[in-house]
Amino acid sequence: MVHEVKGVNDLEKLKTGSILHIQDVYKAYGDNLILDDIDLSIAPGEFCAVVGPSGCGKSTLLRLILGQERTTTGQVLLNGSPIGSPDKDRGIVYQKYSLFPNLRALDNILFGHRLRMWPWQWGARKKELTEKAMVFLRRAGMENHSHKYPHQLSGGQQQRVAVIQALFSRPKILLMDEPFSALDPGAREDMQMFLLELWEESRLTIFFVTHDLEEAAYMGTRLVALSQYYSDERDPAELKKIGAKVVVDLHLREIGQAASPQVKTTAQFGQLIQDIRRDAFDPGYRQHVKDFSLNHPHSFYTLSSYEGGEEPT
Amino acid sequence: MKYPRLFGLHARPGPYLHWVLVALPFAFMICAYLISSHKMLAENPNAKLLPSVAKMAEATARLATEPDPRTGQYPFWQDTVSSLQRLGMGIVSAAIVGLLLGINMAMFPGLNSLARAFVTFLSIIPPLAVLPVLFIVFGVDETAKVILIFVGSVFVITRDIFLATLALPKEQVTKALSLGASQLGVVYRVILPQVMPRLFNTTRLTLGAAWLFLIAAEAIASTEGLGYRIYLMRRYMAMDVILPYVCWITLIGYTLDLGLRLWVGWRYPWYTK
Repeated sequence: MVHEVKGVNDLEKLKTGSILHIQDVYKAYGDNLILDDIDLSIAPGEFCAVVGPSGCGKSTLLRLILGQERTTTGQVLLNGSPIGSPDKDRGIVYQKYSLFPNLRALDNILFGHRLRMWPWQWGARKKELTEKAMVFLRRAGMENHSHKYPHQLSGGQQQRVAVIQALFSRPKILLMDEPFSALDPGAREDMQMFLLELWEESRLTIFFVTHDLEEAAYMGTRLVALSQYYSDERDPAELKKIGAKVVVDLHLREIGQAASPQVKTTAQFGQLIQDIRRDAFDPGYRQHVKDFSLNHPHSFYTLSSYEGGEEPT
Repeated sequence: MKYPRLFGLHARPGPYLHWVLVALPFAFMICAYLISSHKMLAENPNAKLLPSVAKMAEATARLATEPDPRTGQYPFWQDTVSSLQRLGMGIVSAAIVGLLLGINMAMFPGLNSLARAFVTFLSIIPPLAVLPVLFIVFGVDETAKVILIFVGSVFVITRDIFLATLALPKEQVTKALSLGASQLGVVYRVILPQVMPRLFNTTRLTLGAAWLFLIAAEAIASTEGLGYRIYLMRRYMAMDVILPYVCWITLIGYTLDLGLRLWVGWRYPWYTK
């Protein structure tokens, strides 16, 4: 591998200041390259929205951060240390299956604490934690649903409980994989507001994967687009499949400041959506790697080469 | 437009017709027996094949209310208790072992490699074929009979629990770990509670096979038990005992099945959604 860092002056400083630092990450299944040299460094408190065409590997990247899968090469650091198998530092909300079907809504929220305690410890803190959980449920307008099983809740209510459940364990970073994609538009907007509210006051770092560009541009303080639609010096015919790279990395708003829903109606917003749609989602429009819009102050890229082939054992 | 009452995909029989239909095959079976029995006894009052209801009631009452002069026990109740003990011990131990083995095989790839092919191999051995071996090794008293029921049930339960565990979404494991669960916490506090209702349902279905093994074992070597009595009475062609015993076994089996089904519905309301 050849290294040449571009974009930032001091990579070490960036690395230590970030909560999540991803460098030179490749992911291949057999000969099939999915992620091609991902470099991404995320500051604490950032709401990082990740978009990309379907099959570009954005969910794969999330699973690498989660520890559900391992990188082929490259490093993923959380607070400076390499990540391992999933643990309570990284919360996760999926599109579905986030809730345990055999537990009622309230018990789902409390389950994380329960799992980490001995029964006598749990007995001592049960009342206090239940009250805390009920505060969250009340804010979500769900105090009357605390004793329902997940299958008795609507899709939107289930995702509310799932978000509360993940936050309640106080992770360092919250990963979300298309959390609102199965919801109808009304429930979806409610959820977006609810999540932004919680994010603003908790100062949590969120890594939010979605296929919906408008959702990403509205929710994120930072917008990252992954795409396999680009061109470089390699002969496309030689590559089994072109792996996705970060093709767009934009600073949208300051950390800790959620956008108001009105922003969606502005001309700027529309222009932004159009630009990203062209750069990342249009198979006919292939930017050269040197022309990517990587304008975020923390954006960097290393030039390296992947020797290819098998996963290391 | 009305829905058809009886025929077709869209039929809605309604509550009254539903219960009439439920009762119909039973009524038919009972009538057919009574008529055949009546005809046969009219020709030959001593015929043993299809005894009258009165005769069967009399024989059952004798076994249930008169103590055996040799042992001082009431044979009907003694048979019932010892059969249910064997059945219970065999099926409960099979359920516990099958649950633990099935879950752990599905969750731990190492154990899966070690045990899966072997369990499949063992499950194919016909349990009745090894019954003589069990009698030789464990003797002819209780142990061999319980072990036969255990061996006949445990692998079916293991394999079913294994498949049920595999069918749970993998996301749940990651989710539980991300909430701070330990590896054993995932297996025993996240996965196990979700597989429990399936265990009860599997056990329900396995009970049929368990009865088969119980009666086979009792027929060969026993001094009491429902299967023993039936095979003993066969020598005297005492259909007036055999038929009530068969009905009694069926009634017990049906009650167990119904009990387990109601238990699952009551205890695991999230399961049958």
